Amino acid sequence: MAKHIVIVGGGLAGTIVANGLCRQLGDELRSGEVRITVLGNTDKHMYQPGLLYVPFGKIRESELFRDQRKVLDRRATFHIDAVANVDVDANRVTCESGKTYDYDYVVLATGSRIRPDQIPGMEEGAHWFYDLEGARKMREALRDFEGGRIVVNVNVPHKCPVAPLEITFMLYDYLNAKGLMDKTEITYTYPIGRLHTLEPVANWAAPEFDKFGIKSETFFNTKEIDPAAKTITSEEGSTREYDMLVAIPPHTGAQVILDSDLGAGGWVPTERETLLREGSTNVFVVGDTTNIPISKAGSTAHFEADTIIDNLASLVMEGHWARNYDGKVFCFVETGMNSGTYVWFNYTTPPNPGPPSQMLHWFKLAYNRLYWLSARGLL
Amino acid sequence: MAERTKIDARGAFCPGPLMELIAGLKLIEVGDEIEIWSSDKGSAKDIPEWVAKVGHEMVGVEQCEGYDSIVVRKAK
Repeated sequence: MAKHIVIVGGGLAGTIVANGLCRQLGDELRSGEVRITVLGNTDKHMYQPGLLYVPFGKIRESELFRDQRKVLDRRATFHIDAVANVDVDANRVTCESGKTYDYDYVVLATGSRIRPDQIPGMEEGAHWFYDLEGARKMREALRDFEGGRIVVNVNVPHKCPVAPLEITFMLYDYLNAKGLMDKTEITYTYPIGRLHTLEPVANWAAPEFDKFGIKSETFFNTKEIDPAAKTITSEEGSTREYDMLVAIPPHTGAQVILDSDLGAGGWVPTERETLLREGSTNVFVVGDTTNIPISKAGSTAHFEADTIIDNLASLVMEGHWARNYDGKVFCFVETGMNSGTYVWFNYTTPPNPGPPSQMLHWFKLAYNRLYWLSARGLL
Repeated sequence: MAERTKIDARGAFCPGPLMELIAGLKLIEVGDEIEIWSSDKGSAKDIPEWVAKVGHEMVGVEQCEGYDSIVVRKAK
């Protein structure tokens, strides 16, 4: 009887796991000892970090997408059939079509989603760039913007933790190039008492904000937005006026996780080193889907996926565990339209970003293309 | 009886203990508690500061081996 590995989710994490397993389990797939099934909800794979460039017209929308069947290794069976339920006691996944898949191992890679609906007034009153529709609307709003008060408003939890700072610096560069900064005020709000949760990044950003005249308000957790009055109010009791609001909406996990009762908020309780669901020995969790207190970011998903590939392949081939995840995260940080830096850390090594440079900005631009090699498991 | 949810944020550099606490508070009912473990020495100061500012309640801070255990009650 073939061992069946089911991967729920065809985003970056699920795709890397599938491709890596196909590479490591080539003989077993050929002999029929192993089957790999990927269940996704779309035939398109989107490069999500590219959304950052959409509002500024710096990337073509077509560059964001590839055909998921071409990104996935052909040895994996791919079905476009969103998963409706995961029964971890019965080792069975049920799709919206009604089809069921029994598994020996399952990898939960269902990701996260923005939830502007969770804050009163946000859907009507804010722009965002965390999905394509929002990024398009923001592009149109920026094109028509003639000056005024812009508030960049960061909410919890959110993925890609450096994106709020990136969009702020890019907004400054974009509006400065259009000659609008002399009649524009940019204010950045952040939930905790500094500009970024990573202290070295916050310490770097503060003087940069001063240099560009970007204002900030910390300890700002959004309570509500009044789209008619164009005001935003925090749980801490502060109200700000805006002409254009750029929000990083709060996120939740996928509905299927909630519907399957696998974790509050759609985040699956996960052991931080094994990446196994707490209480399970055959349920792996990867990327944004975990509740591990670590950045929800593509690089996290990538490094976690590499660990799961090694362990799943080892378990299937030889019946033993290979290695633990060390918490590694690596993120490029755009510090403007022409400069960038990077930061990396793990569970035991604190972050220490280097000085921004144009070269690092070019590396990030190069990675925007190299991403597709990562997704294919080649990088 | 208040329910208590534990968050082990030891070694969490990003998003960090306070952000984890804020996210966790969104998932519990008013009157319930979060016990967060943090190895960031700043948490014992940052978390009570934010809790006071936003209007939740500090239940206590306990120093443990290599980390602080901080308990917060959701008040609104």
